[in-house]
Amino acid sequence: MPVQNFEQIFQGKIDNEVKIEPKDWMPDAYRRTNIRQISQHAHSEVVGMLPEGNWITRAPSLKRKAILLAKVQDEAGHGLYLYSACETLGVSREETMNDLHSGKAKYSSIFNYPTLTWADIGAIGWLVDGAAIMNQVMLTRTSYGPYARAMVRICKEESFHQRQGFESLLVLSRGTEEQKAMCQDAINRWWWPALMMFGPKDSESTNSDQSMKWKIKRKSNDELRQNFVDMIAEQIKTLGMKLPDDKLKWNDERRHYDFGEINWDEFWQVVKGNGPCNKQRLDARKKAWEEGEWVREAAAAYARKKASPNPSKGGALEAA
Amino acid sequence: MNYIRKFYYGDIPEDKGGAEISDSKNPPSGGRGADWPLWEVFIRSKQGLDHKHAGSLHAADAQMAIENARDVYTRRMEGESIWVVESKYITASNPEEAGELYDPAKDKIYRHPSFYNLPDEVNLM
Amino acid sequence: METTYSNNKFSKVPPQDGFRVAYILHLADNSLILGQRNAEWCGHGPVLEQDIAITNISLDLIGQARSFYQYAAQLINQHSPSPGGGRGEASEDSLAYLRTEREFKNCLLAEQPNGDWAQTMLRQFLYSTYQYYLYRFLQTNSDTTIAGIAEKSLKEVSYHLRWSSEWVIRLGDGTEESHKRMLRAVDELWSYTGELFIPAPYEKELSIDTAFLKDDWAKKVNTVFDEAALTVPSNVFMQEGGKTGTHTEHLGYILSDLQYLQRAYPGCDW
Repeated sequence: MPVQNFEQIFQGKIDNEVKIEPKDWMPDAYRRTNIRQISQHAHSEVVGMLPEGNWITRAPSLKRKAILLAKVQDEAGHGLYLYSACETLGVSREETMNDLHSGKAKYSSIFNYPTLTWADIGAIGWLVDGAAIMNQVMLTRTSYGPYARAMVRICKEESFHQRQGFESLLVLSRGTEEQKAMCQDAINRWWWPALMMFGPKDSESTNSDQSMKWKIKRKSNDELRQNFVDMIAEQIKTLGMKLPDDKLKWNDERRHYDFGEINWDEFWQVVKGNGPCNKQRLDARKKAWEEGEWVREAAAAYARKKASPNPSKGGALEAA
Repeated sequence: MNYIRKFYYGDIPEDKGGAEISDSKNPPSGGRGADWPLWEVFIRSKQGLDHKHAGSLHAADAQMAIENARDVYTRRMEGESIWVVESKYITASNPEEAGELYDPAKDKIYRHPSFYNLPDEVNLM
Repeated sequence: METTYSNNKFSKVPPQDGFRVAYILHLADNSLILGQRNAEWCGHGPVLEQDIAITNISLDLIGQARSFYQYAAQLINQHSPSPGGGRGEASEDSLAYLRTEREFKNCLLAEQPNGDWAQTMLRQFLYSTYQYYLYRFLQTNSDTTIAGIAEKSLKEVSYHLRWSSEWVIRLGDGTEESHKRMLRAVDELWSYTGELFIPAPYEKELSIDTAFLKDDWAKKVNTVFDEAALTVPSNVFMQEGGKTGTHTEHLGYILSDLQYLQRAYPGCDW
């Protein structure tokens, strides 16, 4: 069959909401777009463990410590599901990781901001996970089967993340003056970066058109961002806090909240690597991977030794 | 750009960049160097149900694969029994042959009980 | 005799219960401090699957600590409505967050640094082996709350023991490098194992003579070390003091992190 026909069959499946599975024929660009997006998503989960992990040893109560540990552990699980989805497209985890460590692959810029106080943990749960969920719910219907299945699993687990974040801020918002100030300060610092998570404006986004046609993405950046603003602008009333945007106002005609302009210079600077923590985050991931190498090697060597049919070799150490 | 290399879900042949076949260069277990092989995980959510594909993960050996599966896929009481199999041992049907494999079943409607109309009094059969 | 167990914060607790409270705090502190140490790995493990595994163990241990602290708090509150120096009733958090270095009763082994993966695995294995035999023994304790917590935790600990044994074997008998690292870990940690079997005053008072656990412990350690191509060291001078509040310098730093928010913002809810 000529490629032309393959492409027609492929687009036909997409149009009819039939999922694309790993061994189905797919255009190379579809494969690469998925690899790029899924691996970015996986890296975001794994790098995202770091800012929150920063507070695990300092969590203010044993209950909060357990919740935070379970949450950060979930992020590791989500990273793992996504790396697995990526492997169905023919890239090994190691290759994907190497792209992260070499700086070739990107991850969500939000994780290049520092977690300065305990309230940041609540703000991340509420705002960052809240923004992520908007994307993720959409992605449960993405056209590539393994990606969609990973997202279903992730979404099931993720809803606890946003709830615990909000609840943690709620406690602060009802606490002492110092706690309230801590809460407001965290919201001030995380609000705009959270809005940036949806990516460039539709008019500027280079990947969106084709991704929509292939149903990798099903809603535009601006649509998702608007949904998020509408949701948070309501929820913050319960906290009795303010979003740091003078232009935020309900627009009765549009039936949406209007909001101010994002600082796109800052966005591109952070993407380029000039965020407050870009280097620190990447260094931490590289360090974990490099220092883990002898561990992975030893376990693999031991497994080979045990699987070896030649018992006379047993006990002999392999040179690293 | 060396993106397309291994296809773990089965039968894309090696000459099309599919999974490597086990031989002396590719030992059956343990992977090579620091690379742990990929495993597919099947979980029985409760006694009486089938094991169902849950996802995949990396592990150095079968024992570790079971333990990793326990830690990764049953953190929320999702399972009570786990199977693991190294992904490269799974052979899958080829989607390009889907027509000849599955279409012939379509006109055998007489295999389904609803094909048979029975009088009401015996309709619980 | 050390008197940290009858610290003035709990001065209204009568002596017999004082020993019991001290012992429960000892069990709680062990689990909390080791859980806190393991938690330091979260996000930094050698491979995602093992990052998740060690965090699970950390969560188990923190869960055990909470059960024990809650029970200790309950006993303390029975005797004294305001044991926290005017800060209200004792609670799992007041006990974990507002006691000082000299009041913590965990074994020295639990507070030793993570080092590399080899050291963390060995620490877990040495401790889980101890905890396994201890909880098996405590399951039949006349104090039914302690017995209950021990019984529930034993399932978790059995898994920790199995998991950490496998790692000790894998690394001991893996590559040259991993073997070398295991040797260094043994060297680093062995002198903290003696204390496990020297009963503290509160253990003696409660007839929990941990010395008798030593044979079972040594047997298990020997078996695993054998398979891991490691040798059990002999004639090592054993450090002690953790159980009665004389710790290594590491504990102070652990508590600085652990207790920071509660100390900086006293009396807040979180």
